[in-house]
Amino acid sequence: MSDAYVQRDAALFAPIAQTGRGFYFTLVVLGIAILWGAVAYWTQFEQGLGVTGLQQPVSWGFYVTNFVFFIGISHAGTLISAILRLSKAEWRRPITRMAEVITVMVLFIGAGQILVDLGRPDRMLNVILYGRYQSPLLWDATSISTYLTASTLYLWLPLIPDIAILRDHLGKRRFLYSVLAMGWTGTERQQKILNRAIAIMAVLVIPIAISVHTVVSFVFSMTIQPAWHSSIFGPYFVAGAIFSGIAALIVAMAIIRRIYRLQAYLKPIHFRYLGHLLLVMTLLWFYLTFAEYLTGYYGNGPEEMKVFWSKFTGRFWPTFWAMAVCNFVIPMIFLVRLRHHAVGKTVVASVAVVIGMWLERFNIIVPTLSNPRLPFPDAIYWPTWIEWGETAGSFGLFILFYVLFVKFFPVISIWEIREGREVGLREVEERLLSYLPDGTEPEPARDHTRVLR
Amino acid sequence: MALWGMVIDLDRCTGCQACVMACKAENNVPAVGAKEAARGRTISWMHVLTEESEERTRFLPRPCLQCDDPPCIKVCPVYATYRNPEGIVAQIYARCIGCRFCMAACPYNAKYFNWLQYQREAPGQNPDVSLRPKGVVEKCTFCHHRLQKARERALAEGRGLAPGEYVTACAETCPTRAIAFGDLSDHGSDVARLARSPRAFKLGEELGTKPKVIYLSETEGHRRV
Repeated sequence: MSDAYVQRDAALFAPIAQTGRGFYFTLVVLGIAILWGAVAYWTQFEQGLGVTGLQQPVSWGFYVTNFVFFIGISHAGTLISAILRLSKAEWRRPITRMAEVITVMVLFIGAGQILVDLGRPDRMLNVILYGRYQSPLLWDATSISTYLTASTLYLWLPLIPDIAILRDHLGKRRFLYSVLAMGWTGTERQQKILNRAIAIMAVLVIPIAISVHTVVSFVFSMTIQPAWHSSIFGPYFVAGAIFSGIAALIVAMAIIRRIYRLQAYLKPIHFRYLGHLLLVMTLLWFYLTFAEYLTGYYGNGPEEMKVFWSKFTGRFWPTFWAMAVCNFVIPMIFLVRLRHHAVGKTVVASVAVVIGMWLERFNIIVPTLSNPRLPFPDAIYWPTWIEWGETAGSFGLFILFYVLFVKFFPVISIWEIREGREVGLREVEERLLSYLPDGTEPEPARDHTRVLR
Repeated sequence: MALWGMVIDLDRCTGCQACVMACKAENNVPAVGAKEAARGRTISWMHVLTEESEERTRFLPRPCLQCDDPPCIKVCPVYATYRNPEGIVAQIYARCIGCRFCMAACPYNAKYFNWLQYQREAPGQNPDVSLRPKGVVEKCTFCHHRLQKARERALAEGRGLAPGEYVTACAETCPTRAIAFGDLSDHGSDVARLARSPRAFKLGEELGTKPKVIYLSETEGHRRV
């Protein structure tokens, strides 16, 4: 690597060029989690779903919770990145890639949960062969596969110039990078086409992302079960997805920043801005949750109230109130003032939100199924080591995919940072001038420090 | 076309569970064993629920209610469960992918899952009913195989199906004759007459599922009229 350009952003190449002991240690830890998951799934595949804690009437448990949770996390990426790109938020540059990678990696895991949940995985092709479009499950399959395709494309497009840089400068894996770079040389025409393609994908991906979590919620709201059959579920799930997505993104940013020493690129200001976004989503989540439960409470249907009280004071109070603390109390405490220690505070809030949103999914699925309308004897769902293993394996696999991506490709977009320096600075000034009354000239700032704060 | 239905007189039911046993024997419903039963995996197409109040205990035998507008078939992704033209809600075991969406959608919890391989071919099983493999959903079929048999017999003898020729195992067994079975579309039939009784009510009628299993009860029926 000799190019002066490359030298300037050397920190961004470091994870790809050098591999430390930490990397192998991480692989081993993840490998153990994945192995646990694999053994669990193999046991389940051999013997049947009976090895889990699922039963009559709680026929959906951890797997479906994980499914909704992981698909929710996937909204971290493509959606946030697309919105930031389209709104020309300049601070997006170091974080869009990280966000997009989460989406693509986690979608595989999320969709996989449904396959794990099937009693007959050998017949999964029936969904295509004999698919019945009136079933919300088919909407899920369609929407998620579209989203996966679109976000993979949306991850790859802005990656092309960076792959070309790797092809020219890295000196290893040349074949892989040449193929993926598609002959990129960085001519003006290529750049123009690329920018156009990215813009088109950014617009396309937003409705797809919203449709994904809407139809995931439809799996529940299209039934007539108490606390599921609710018109708010579409927007509620989408908001929850973006909420957990931002939190997951902040956690990923903080970890990568720490491990690869990218403090120069991922600054407290990025965490602060994302923290503000997370705070807005906290309030929106609370508002929707409040509206949902208050409507149920005033409706006072006997079936609805059975589920309601089982969450508020009954058997599910620990998970319900833990969710309330993780999703509302902790973020509110940590996110209202982000002037100092923005990184630490947003990370604490984000970890809480990730846990809280998993619990939220659990609280939607299991209490409703645990309270059948007819007077069945009490049945308590308690997961076995199979479900725990599968969950650990899923998280492990997701993190492994992410770690491997970081090993092969720059996790911060090199060319976009460069573009920010070369074009962005000038563009922002021009754009700002276009917002102001005609004839405004740029003046040297008088109180420089105050402006920057 | 016939519209098969059932009337269960709760005032006659003694909770003896004869219908449950008859159903299990007739339909090769597996005995899952004590360990699985303790984990809540009992399969019982006909299930006698117990409702206890201060004054008395009431029994509620619950087969599949064979809804005319079944919530379970709306959600099936692969056409594994459907309502046939005579109103029976059927399950195709060879098609089912085991996603259990229908179980989550059924407001009566009338669908059951084969969490493990619960049985293999053995002597004493009913040859007219197929065994279910692990990983699929199963449910009460109104002893549909009995209808097929009765119809074949009638066809061979060159006549139509006579009333009472097709009854389910539970109706046939009930010692107090609490269960009546027959064609709801035939106004003269016993079931149709009982279904019009002032004591008649439907389980979860407000859900719009239009069950074809109708209950009779002095208290319930009168409360609703």
